[in-house]
Amino acid sequence: MEVKTQVRQFVCQNFYVADPASFGDDTSFLDRGIVDSTAILEVVAFLEERFQIKVDDADFVPENLDSLDRIAAFVNRKREARGEEGGAVREAGGITRAG
Amino acid sequence: MCGIAGIVDLRGGEPPARAALERMLGALTHRGPDEFGLYRDRLAGLAHSRLSIIDLAGGQQPLCNEDGSLWIVFNGEVFNYLELRAELEGCGHAFRTRSDTEVIVHAWEEWGPGAFQRMNGQWAAALWDARRRALILSRDRLGVRPLYYSEAGGRVVFASEVKALFSGAPELARELDPVGLDQTFTLWSVIAPRTVFRGVAELEPGHLRVYDAAGGVDDRAYWTPAYPEDGEQGGFAGSVDEASQAVRSALEQATALRMLRSDVPVGSYLSGGLDSSLVAALALAAKGERFHTFSVRFEDAEYDETAFQRLMVERLGSEHHDLTVAADDIARVFPDVIHHTERPILRTAPAPLFLLSRLVRDIGIKVVLTGEGADEMFGGYDLFREGMVRRFWARQPDSQLRPRLLERLYPYLARSPVAQQALARQFFGRDLDAWREPGFAHRTRWSTTAALKRLFAPGMRDGAAGHDAVAELLASLPPAFSRWTFLAQDQYLELRTLLSGYLLSSQGDRMLMANSVEGRFPFLDQHVVELAASLPDRYKVRGLDEKHVLKRAAADLLPAAIARRPKQPYRAPDALAFVGARRPCWVADVLAADSIRRAGIFEPEAVDRLWQKCAARGTAGQFSNADNMALVGVLSAQLVHELFIARPPATSPPPVIGTVVEEPA
Repeated sequence: MEVKTQVRQFVCQNFYVADPASFGDDTSFLDRGIVDSTAILEVVAFLEERFQIKVDDADFVPENLDSLDRIAAFVNRKREARGEEGGAVREAGGITRAG
Repeated sequence: MCGIAGIVDLRGGEPPARAALERMLGALTHRGPDEFGLYRDRLAGLAHSRLSIIDLAGGQQPLCNEDGSLWIVFNGEVFNYLELRAELEGCGHAFRTRSDTEVIVHAWEEWGPGAFQRMNGQWAAALWDARRRALILSRDRLGVRPLYYSEAGGRVVFASEVKALFSGAPELARELDPVGLDQTFTLWSVIAPRTVFRGVAELEPGHLRVYDAAGGVDDRAYWTPAYPEDGEQGGFAGSVDEASQAVRSALEQATALRMLRSDVPVGSYLSGGLDSSLVAALALAAKGERFHTFSVRFEDAEYDETAFQRLMVERLGSEHHDLTVAADDIARVFPDVIHHTERPILRTAPAPLFLLSRLVRDIGIKVVLTGEGADEMFGGYDLFREGMVRRFWARQPDSQLRPRLLERLYPYLARSPVAQQALARQFFGRDLDAWREPGFAHRTRWSTTAALKRLFAPGMRDGAAGHDAVAELLASLPPAFSRWTFLAQDQYLELRTLLSGYLLSSQGDRMLMANSVEGRFPFLDQHVVELAASLPDRYKVRGLDEKHVLKRAAADLLPAAIARRPKQPYRAPDALAFVGARRPCWVADVLAADSIRRAGIFEPEAVDRLWQKCAARGTAGQFSNADNMALVGVLSAQLVHELFIARPPATSPPPVIGTVVEEPA
């Protein structure tokens, strides 16, 4: 399932939003009051667990977390970075990458 | 303190039924367990349940003027009644009792509406002018005492509590008002005259409502909060030391009046904070002898203030009583609490106070002094400083340093991951350019709360369609509002919303009266209120030091540890109270999908998600502010429906009615 869809499902479940149509992909969670600055920790915990990423202190900014679009972009960036890192490990292990 | 009720039909329809008045009294015995009285003539019925405090032998109600043409039922105290009485005797009025109640009757005869402007006290009063055929309802300036009314086809039914209205007027359809609920889940309270019940109104604080024989109704304010206009012209002109002395003196007088003018012993609440400690210290100075003090302690260290309470008890040498509240206790008494608040609430803080007043009653004390009002009058709340910081930041929105001041207010911001501050910055920095607009400081609270309305069922949301709670509140501001300082504006809004609608009501009068205890509030003394309002901003909030002049006035009376304490709002475990393994059955009952559907307030699926989340978190968890408010709000609203809508009103009469006045037709 797409990142955005999973996150939307989480937000609706965890923040008891009964009507999924009530916020758009680009709606600011903070502005809408669905998530406040402490409840954002719940979102981060979900992202780390579901998508196996690590959210650093420096990542805690609205640009990364304050809407579905932004979260999806953030998660994908993190996964790509992790993907590259995985490739480097294989390299170091002496296994050559396939041509 | 007491309960009042009445039925008046100025068209001359059916005379008020004795049985109806008795049912109303039966619903108010907690407010007045000592004596019961009623008056009836062809047009009006008045009923009174008495908690005897002044003139124990003689002050029965209803009571009247010299010739029986003017009758009163009164809930409250007029603390300057001795002075008013002397003045009225000087004008030729004759008194039969030693009560403060009788003073009001003669004051109305002498001064009419001006009578209430002369009264320094707390009250809900109903006067029946049998000769002129007029009903006069009045409430004190800040809404310490409650008064509800309902009008149908020319008949007025009024009572201290909604439960008595419903008992007295079974023809009144009991329904929730979506607009009242919308206000509650935005502003933290309904705003009088609106209530959460359709067809039931609440008399506004500081108002007089007169029904005349011709069928007219005149409702007007005899007092509104007023602050210096255009900056500091017309306000207090002295130095901060002079202000501090004036505050001290006004509080000494206010406390002395409330401590001494009673024919029964008066005790004092001690939270461990500055305000109640100061009141208790002044009470000791006025009384000159030991009295009882009362405190709530919490099992949960996060809420507990025992150490500070002990410090003050030592200083006072008082006869101290305390009770320790666990989260489970809150859940257990919560339905009783809502039975008394008669409205949904967003915090459980009233519940420990319900238990505390029970302790007071069990010890045999009928009156306690408390520190309510100090934060509103002297700028104690975090919200005021937050508003100041945000407006300061708004003048240079690109500043990186200015928003850092928020960390001084909210240490958790400084402790959190460095960049989490960016989120907080977005939250607090919303709409900064609106910093001059009314309500700017309150918007953060109002929008966070209003976001919870996503829990409402579509029918409930539709019912409030076309209403905007914030817009309506901001449209009802006094004409001078925009000429006040921003701090004064914020204080006014706090008075209108939180103080009368929540603190004095759900945390104050209702929790005290539930156990037949009268609260008295020196910080709400007329002279204290007006003096505080006249002070320059910087005497109230100096930099980020809140209640500055109050702390100066209190310095020599309090242990340093209390005087210097950072502001800690009184709080109790909220969602935490309801998620323990031993939670009572009622929690599951009111949250069950068919209960939710039947009440029609909330969306069952949304409530289920909220509950799953909270229950999963359990007692080990930290709940977000939103989840706390959501759970407490849902539970209390469901209880309001269960207790007042679903269940029929109580019908039992009181025990013996000692005073009965029946005027022939």
